[in-house]
Order: sequence, then C-alpha cells, then structure tokens
Amino acid sequence: MPSGSDRSGAGAVRAFGALLWRDVFVTGRELVAFLAQVILQPLFLLFVFGKVLGDLGYTQDNFAQVLLPGVIAFTAFLTALQNVAFPLVIDFSYTKEIEDRLMAPLPTSMVAVEKVVFATLRALIAAVLMFPLGYWVLGEVSITWAAVPAVAMFLVLGALVGAAVGLTLGTLVTASKINLVFAIVLTPLLFTGSTQFPWVSLDDLRWFQVICAVNPLTYVSEGMRAEMLPSLDHIPAWVSGLALLGYLVVFMAIGIKGFLRRAID
Amino acid sequence: MTRAFPATSATSVTATDGGPAVEVRDLVKRYPKRPVNAVDGISFTVGRGEIFGLLGPNGAGKTTTIGVLTTRVKATSGSANVGGVDVVAHPVAARARLAVVPQRVNLDRALTARQNLVFHAAYHGVPVAERNRRADAVLEQFGLADRAKDKVDFYSGGMGQRLLIARAMMHAPEVLFLDEPSTGLDPQARLFVWDRIREMRANGVTIVLTTHDMDEAATLADRVGIMDHGTLLALDTPDALTRSLPGSTTLDLTIAHAAGDSPAAIIGELSAVRGVEQVESVASDQSGGGGMPGGPPPAPAAPQSAPSELRVRLYLTSEAAALIAPVTELLLGRGARLTAISLGEPSLEDVFISLTGRDLR
Ligand SMILES: Nc1ncnc2c1ncn2[C@@H]1O[C@H](COP(=O)(O)OP(=O)(O)OP(=O)(O)O)[C@@H](O)[C@H]1O
Ligand SMILES: [Mg+2]
Repeated sequence: MPSGSDRSGAGAVRAFGALLWRDVFVTGRELVAFLAQVILQPLFLLFVFGKVLGDLGYTQDNFAQVLLPGVIAFTAFLTALQNVAFPLVIDFSYTKEIEDRLMAPLPTSMVAVEKVVFATLRALIAAVLMFPLGYWVLGEVSITWAAVPAVAMFLVLGALVGAAVGLTLGTLVTASKINLVFAIVLTPLLFTGSTQFPWVSLDDLRWFQVICAVNPLTYVSEGMRAEMLPSLDHIPAWVSGLALLGYLVVFMAIGIKGFLRRAID
Repeated sequence: MTRAFPATSATSVTATDGGPAVEVRDLVKRYPKRPVNAVDGISFTVGRGEIFGLLGPNGAGKTTTIGVLTTRVKATSGSANVGGVDVVAHPVAARARLAVVPQRVNLDRALTARQNLVFHAAYHGVPVAERNRRADAVLEQFGLADRAKDKVDFYSGGMGQRLLIARAMMHAPEVLFLDEPSTGLDPQARLFVWDRIREMRANGVTIVLTTHDMDEAATLADRVGIMDHGTLLALDTPDALTRSLPGSTTLDLTIAHAAGDSPAAIIGELSAVRGVEQVESVASDQSGGGGMPGGPPPAPAAPQSAPSELRVRLYLTSEAAALIAPVTELLLGRGARLTAISLGEPSLEDVFISLTGRDLR
C-alpha cells in the first residue's frame, strides 16, 4: 500500500459518511412522499385484514395480533428492498447519477454498502411507525418492554436482508425488465413470507410450508411473532435469527458482486 | 480570475513528485463478449502541468482509455498510473488525485447546482467551510452564480456541461480528465471552457482531454495523440504532427509574366527548385484544386491574354518561407513578377484524415 493508506482509510470513512448524509438530505426534503410511500400499503393491509374482517367476524379474535408482527416485518423487509433496488436500476441504466459517488475515494463495494445501510435506516423508520399506527387501527399492540431489544434486532436483521435482496435484484435486473421482475418477485415474496399466518400452522399444507421456508421474509415474520406473541407456536427465535444471518451473508455477497460488475466495466 | 485551491491533505501525502502525471504502458482493454480489443496496447506519458489531447474517430477507444485511467474500467492488461499511483492496484488513492468530466452528463438530479458541488467536495473530504467557499467561487467563475439554487434538471445542456467541469474542480485534483468537454457548447461557452482549462493548467493541474474538434486539439493541447481502432497512430505536438505530413505545405503564387513567355516553361523551371515536390497550375478564377497532393498535376491552364497572368500551387517538402527568395529570383530572371503569394500549412484535420481515413465509423 502507498504510505497514505491510513489517510485513505480515514478518507474512505469520511466519504462513506458524506454519501450517507447525501441520501438523508435528499430524503429529508421529500419526507411526505417518503411516508406515503412506506406507510399506506401496510396501513390498509392492517385495516382491512385486521380491523374490518375482524369486526365483520370473518377472522378469529386474535388474528389482528397475529397479523401485526407480520405486517411490521413485511414493512421493514420490503421498504428496504425497494429502496435499494429501484434507485439502483434507474441509476445504472439511465441517469448514471451514481457515477459521481463511484468516483469518491472509497472502495466501490462501500458505495453498495452505503445503499444497504441507508435503505435499512428508512425501512426501520417505516417499521417503527407501524407500532403506533397498529395501536391506532387495532386498539392494542401485543408487546412487552422486555421483548423490545429482540424485536429491534429482528427488525434490523429483516431490513438488512431486504436491502441485500434489493441490491441483488437492482444490479441483476435491467431497466427494461424491472416491471416484469418486480411483478414476478414481489407478489410471491409478499404472500409466501408468513406475514398473514404463522408458519408452523401450515403443517397441513406441507408443500406451501416448504415454499415459505425458502422466503427470508418468513424468518422476519416468525422472529417478530416469537417475541411479540410468544404463546403462539412459532419457529424458535434463534433459528430465525441464524437463517436471517445466513441470507444476509449470501445476498450481500451476490449483491456486491453484481454491484461491482455494474459499476466497473 | 485565477483560483488555486490548496490540495486537500489526503491528496498531497503520497504524491510522488517529479514523475509523470499520467503513465500508460501497453494498455489493453477488451470488453466481455467483444471480438476485438477496444484499447489495443497503447503507451504514453503525460507530463505534470501538460495539456494532452486524445483525438480519434467514434469508437476509437478514447472513452475506454479515460475509463481505465479514472478507475471506472478494468484494464485487461498493461499498467496505468495517475499522479504516481497505480490505478489498478490502488484505485481509492488514485480517485483522490483525479477528477473526471464525463462524456455524458451525470449530475445528481435530486440536488441543486450548488449542492452538486458541495456534496462532491464532501465525498472527497473537503471541510465544510472550505467546500462552501469553493462552491461559491466556482459558481461565480463559471457564470452560474445566479442559477446556483436551480435543480440541475432545469439546466440547459451547455450549463450542465459547465457545471460538470466546475464540479471536477471542487476537490482540487492533480489530474483532470475531460471527455469531449466542449461537445454541445456554443462558441462563447467553448472559448470560455478553453480559458478555464488553460487557467487550471496555469495552476499546475495536468489535463487529459478527448475531442473530435481539430481546432480544440490544435489550440489547446501541448501534445496530441491520434487514436484509431484502439491504437495510437501518432503522438506529438500539433505543430510536429502537421509538419510530419509530407508534401502538404503549399505555396500559392500569382505570376505576371511577359506575353511571350510560356507558362509551361515557367512551371518546368519552378519544379526544378529545391524543396518543390510538384507544381500545378490553378485556374485564375478559382481558388485551386486544393486538398492532398498525390495525383498527377492537372494539365496547365490555357495561355491567357495579356497582361499574362499565371497562378500556380507549389507542393513543398520544406518550409514555405525559405522558398520565397529563390522563387522570386527565378521569376525576375525571366522578366516575370510575383503579384500575390500565400502560404498554405496543412491542418491537424489533414493529418487526422490521412491517418484514420475517410470511412465512417
Ligand atoms: N461498456 C461497453 N461494453 C462493450 N463494449 C464497449 C463498451 N464501451 C465501449 N465499448 C466499445 O469499445 C469501443 C471503443 O469505445 P469508446 O467509447 O472507448 O470510443 P470513443 O473513442 O470514446 O468513441 P466516441 O468518440 O464515439 O465517444 C467501441 O467499439 C465500443 O462499442
Ligand atoms: Mg467517447
């Protein structure tokens, strides 16, 4: 290494901070759009499936509380995924806006990591907002103070894995195929992620249970449920945590590889 | 107004002074799934404080070369150093030393013009107060101060191009790469950009630029490399390049001669003068067959009525000025007189076409 490697190390950290600050700055100015984007979908999901169907008697009493952890998990996971994937596809295919950031004095992979970190931050804000909104729509939220650290850990892990999946998709997919790919990927992801049902209860629907077990979102939902509704049958929290860590490593590796391939010709 | 930003501490630390600013050796780049090399074994160096121009037809490999030098394209083989740093081994350190103005506008459209500048400096670790000061100075310098708060979406193409150059200056790079900096600029803006480039050079910045514009290369660059099909065909100062084109210096003469003298005899004698490669007569009412020598001279024009006037073009192998004296003497000896004279130097464009041909890429 050249004698300035320590300084380039410090420079890289500074550059990383500046990249993050740029994203925070831009989001800060479009806060309303951001909130609308991340909150409306889970809010309606909660309202219709948790409140309306419950009040009409189509669902069991505790279904709303089964649904809420799943919806929060889904919010964290999908917000992170979309916030990495969409901007990347557009940046790499059309605007090339990211090029100036790729020319910053930090390793190119760190630009990808910054995208993941920032998307995770956005996703966490969205997920945390779901707690008061859930309380507002459903009238109660099943959680104890003791469970908060573990819940927070699952939210962070879930958002990170979602962002890593977004990095993989965003660098693999070309702009002309983005709509197709998202239609093919997002809908199954949403409905096989055990957000609307506990995974363990699928014992009688074995093939579907197996499919759901492949979806990383399942482990976020199950992890959240394990902490918020411990009385309900669930995948052990440590299994969910390990599964998420595994997915994080795999998708980050594929995603960063894809990012480097797109960033450097 | 000149502006020398002090180099940021991070960039000055490992700079190896003395060596060339850019050093490229046997550089090869083949893009995946391509049958031929986009850059096919080029070598050159650029001295510190030099303006180096890369000239070449579309697809010659100019942008690819700049891409490798700016760490955006991975070289297939060969080496490239910028500011004494190996761009392949230490891309991060290299990025701190260089700046690039890309061929395509890639401004951050979520930001205003000024924010584009300030954030760019922030990525490069320029302290807050300093980056604000520089942003204001550069906006002023590039005539964009009154549009500083506009979103860059609302910028015209030329303004965007100026802002790209302004942005590149924000972190005080040692070496600045400009990929077709004046494409899309009006004549005023083009001259303006040339001035800025010279100014940066005066402040010690090394400049590497690509262009299709012969004027730009000839007036701006200290040395020019002509590229085609990924190879460097020629590399020298614009002057030396044009001089290297044989027989392309011309001397146009208008001669008033005695009514009895024959134009063919005069032409014959002129052809014998040392340094004259060939002589062709030019019809009086047109500016001449022009273009490149090589074909047989056209038949001498029909003799004209008195006062007899003859126009000829001499293709020279030596400098035109040196031939004026012997030619004048020769004509006086025949009782003829020179009534007009004009020197023709070949242009860089002649060199370019003679090296790269006329085929469209
Ligand atoms: N990303 C890429 N993938 C594959 N081939 C590429 C890529 N970029 C450039 N090429 C090819 O490499 C060759 C050189 O291209 P390059 O952009 O370097 O030319 P250039 O001299 O900059 O041309 P221009 O004057 O048109 O900008 C061309 O044949 C081009 O098609
Ligand atoms: Mg080009």
